[in-house]
Amino acid sequence: MKIVMAKPGLDGHDRGAKVIARALRDGGHEVVYTGLRRTPEEISRIVMDEDATALGLSTLSGAHDVLVPRICELLRESGMGHVMVFLGGIIPERDHEKMFSEGVRAIFGPGSRTEEILAFLGKSESRIENNQPVGVFNDDGWHWN
Amino acid sequence: MTEKEKLLHSALEGSRRDLSRLLSMIEKGEELSMPEREENPDYMILGITGPPGVGKSTLVGRIISYWKERGKKVAVLAIDPSSPRTGGALLGDRVRMDSANSGEGVFVRSLSTRGNPGGISASLMAMSKLLSCCGWEKIIIETVGSGQSEIKIVAFADKIVLVDGPDRGDIIQAEKAGIIELADLVVVNKSDVPSALKVAENIRSAFSFSNENDSPEVLLVSAERNDGIEEMMELIQSSESPLWRSRIKIRERLLSLWDHRLMSSPKLNQVIDDIETGSISLEDGLDILSG
Ligand code: B12
Ligand SMILES: Nc1nc2c(ncn2[C@@H]2O[C@H](COP(=O)(O)OP(=O)(O)O)[C@@H](O)[C@H]2O)c(=O)[nH]1
Ligand SMILES: [Mg+2]
Repeated sequence: MKIVMAKPGLDGHDRGAKVIARALRDGGHEVVYTGLRRTPEEISRIVMDEDATALGLSTLSGAHDVLVPRICELLRESGMGHVMVFLGGIIPERDHEKMFSEGVRAIFGPGSRTEEILAFLGKSESRIENNQPVGVFNDDGWHWN
Repeated sequence: MTEKEKLLHSALEGSRRDLSRLLSMIEKGEELSMPEREENPDYMILGITGPPGVGKSTLVGRIISYWKERGKKVAVLAIDPSSPRTGGALLGDRVRMDSANSGEGVFVRSLSTRGNPGGISASLMAMSKLLSCCGWEKIIIETVGSGQSEIKIVAFADKIVLVDGPDRGDIIQAEKAGIIELADLVVVNKSDVPSALKVAENIRSAFSFSNENDSPEVLLVSAERNDGIEEMMELIQSSESPLWRSRIKIRERLLSLWDHRLMSSPKLNQVIDDIETGSISLEDGLDILSG
């Protein structure tokens, strides 16, 4: 899968994003890393230019509740509703439902294992193949965790 | 209209989304018939190549800014190797191109070396053509590596810049291998690091021993400090390829098109099978594939 790994907002914690980017590469995926401090508009344009299948967002600063909905909205508005969005970093349990309702398909917090993230991506790929879309536009309620 | 024609129509009308989808199709090896690119002296395909870590992406970021400030639309194709074992790739070039994120007038696509059934060079050639048809005036192609094949990949570019850095000196190896002849300009980056001066000196003296009088110029710059960039851009724009270099480039373009034609022939597997069983000769195989 072609995956954009992005760090939205002012959050400067990039270890997790880099670790995961490498792990996904080793799992056979093509990962584009954006670097730190990208705005939602930039992220949406990067996903478009790269024609990515999925967007991984990493946030540890607590700003996910504003940034994630904005990014999902921009993707839908610009005709990229088929893009799958997943999330990692520090996302308190109480926010998970809200994130899922915005179209996020999985959330991976501290200590997440690479195998599980790869299994999630594998599952998403097979859903796409079987015409069970996983994009931000396809509101069928499925999510990984 | 077929789906592809619709996409092409809309990309030519300015849809960024559909341009991007078409680039993916080309990457997967699909053929696309495009209109000829408009003759426009402002159009340029610039190849930037050199060993990993010398600062190519940082430099590309500076070139984007330079052209953006002059009102040009800039597209970048940045190629990184994929792992031969897993097929995966980590494409991190855009991290170093801050200016890539600054607006509608810049388009950046990261590519890995895998896929590209017809060879990466042919696929880059088609992508560049599509981008220029869609109004992207300046196209920059970043490829990594210091070997023979990497510079050949960008032989179709209008201008080719080889980048080297301190403590590398790969260019001297390239000079020995005789591939330097494709370069229009040699840039030694990281002039803020003292040992870069030595590298530039060594390259210049290696050139002075070669037979050709018109070896490319060697320029010291610092992408990080934005030092020497204007001069570099002026040299890139003003450098006239000598006739012999144009001829070498044309030869390389022919070779990569030839490769592409053979590799993407639907008869390729059959021909390989037949040669293996001995029912046809290599020459027969070539005739069938190129026919
Ligand atoms: C190291 C660290 C720093 C380093 C960061 C270095 C760097 N370049 O990354 C430094 C010292 C710079 C730093 C600074 C700050 N930090 Co700090 N930091 C941490 C710390 C201790 C560990 C983070 C880390 O790197 N973990 C290791 C990596 C590998 O784990 P990870 O990022 O969680 O990633 C894993 C998963 O989350 C997941 N994952 C992450 N992203 C993604 C993305 C996708 C797509 C997927 C699938 C998975 C995934 O996979 C990874 C592997 O399992 C955490 C506390 C903690 N235990 O998490 C605080 C923490 C994140 N920091 C915090 C804070 C407040 C700050 C500061 C604001 C000030 C301060 N108090 O120090 C500054 C802000 C800096 C800035 N500009 O943003 C808070 C955030 C509070 C909040 N969210 O409400 C935390 C939680 C500490 C705390 N409990 O208060 N910090
Ligand atoms: N000192 C110094 N470092 C630089 C300069 N340009 C780039 N770098 C650094 O060199 C490293 C590699 O840069 P990058 O552009 O990714 O190189 P690439 O692999 O050739 O594309 C990064 O850490 C850059 O910050 C420069 O002019 N001077
Ligand atoms: Mg690079």
